[in-house]
Amino acid sequence: MTTDHRLTTRQMAEFVANGFIRFDAVVPPDINERGIEEMRRLELERFGPDGLKPPHTGTPLDECYPAPSAIGDYLRLPQIRGIIESFVGANPTFDHDFTHHLTARSTYLQPLHVDAITDSPDTTFDVQLFWYPHDVAPGEGGTRFVPGSHLRRVRSSGLDRYQHILGEQQFAGPAGTVVVFHHGLWHAGQPNPGEGDRWMHKVRLNPTVPQVRLWNTDDLAELQNPPSDHVFARMLPDSVAQILRTMHPWMSITDYRNEQVQRSGLWRYLTGDDTYDVDHYLTRLEGRAALLGSQ
Amino acid sequence: MERQQVLYLWANGSALDSGTVGWAVHDGTDGEGPVVPDARPPYANGVAALRDGWMLLQSSQLTAPLPGNEHLNDYLEYEFVFERRVDISDGPS
Repeated sequence: MTTDHRLTTRQMAEFVANGFIRFDAVVPPDINERGIEEMRRLELERFGPDGLKPPHTGTPLDECYPAPSAIGDYLRLPQIRGIIESFVGANPTFDHDFTHHLTARSTYLQPLHVDAITDSPDTTFDVQLFWYPHDVAPGEGGTRFVPGSHLRRVRSSGLDRYQHILGEQQFAGPAGTVVVFHHGLWHAGQPNPGEGDRWMHKVRLNPTVPQVRLWNTDDLAELQNPPSDHVFARMLPDSVAQILRTMHPWMSITDYRNEQVQRSGLWRYLTGDDTYDVDHYLTRLEGRAALLGSQ
Repeated sequence: MERQQVLYLWANGSALDSGTVGWAVHDGTDGEGPVVPDARPPYANGVAALRDGWMLLQSSQLTAPLPGNEHLNDYLEYEFVFERRVDISDGPS
């Protein structure tokens, strides 16, 4: 019997609410050790005339990093493929990768940013996998990020101004941890005051199929709330809506309610359920708009 | 000789005593002026900053959302900018 490594509905809903999900020590030690060496080579040789190169943009993931490759071994782990499939399908394409190397006592402080450009307003998304092949101690160069920031529409340079945001996190964790970001999550590299170099491999993947019910949906019917679920009326005690109601400490009440609207829209896309709602925000407006059409 | 310290606070509401959710500090005195509290956030709200000697320079205007953008979030909305002018003629305070 094969194990299904795809994510659960609860995990997917947490990703929608937070913009990231982490998997501690999911990559085994031997791949981590070889991974550091491969990252070192990729850093040295990426832009040189010869040597190790990243895949071409647009390459199907299955054709990326052919053996022998530690990065390929990591991305071919059944657990990792289950995670990837849940978000962008079984056959995504490679967008780009990069090795992020902070030398010991590095003082480089990257401003908060989002990658690439301001998005189109639709709900499709890419994922970025951050692989930390060695232990990262608190405050020693782990990526800083702002949970719940992924669905906001900003220009990347506009985020430079925010030195600190309440509730921001800086990654720390054991070797082999992989953190998956929605591509819109605000993040930044941090100084590394530690005595060891910090390595991280980031890869961005593009979906090639609609991102609809790609995870293990065995628990979807149990957790999916009806559109009537409303915090000021009746609500289920344990449901997707409860997870999508996550309020991050930096949000105003207006931010928070708007985020619920955005998250509901994303959940509609992910489930293919155009009636889905949290706290009646979309249903209320759609019901009134329909009155105009019936005149 | 006067130098400027600048403090940005972003709040979770439009009032100066709304809670701080983001902050940034720029120190034109290069460390010779008074320090900013080493707390996260350094001030619970803008009024606390006033009580520590900061002068309000600017607060963000309140703008109605554009049609079609009513439910979109972007940057932190409620921004307050403060300054302290510090005389550094006599060295560190």
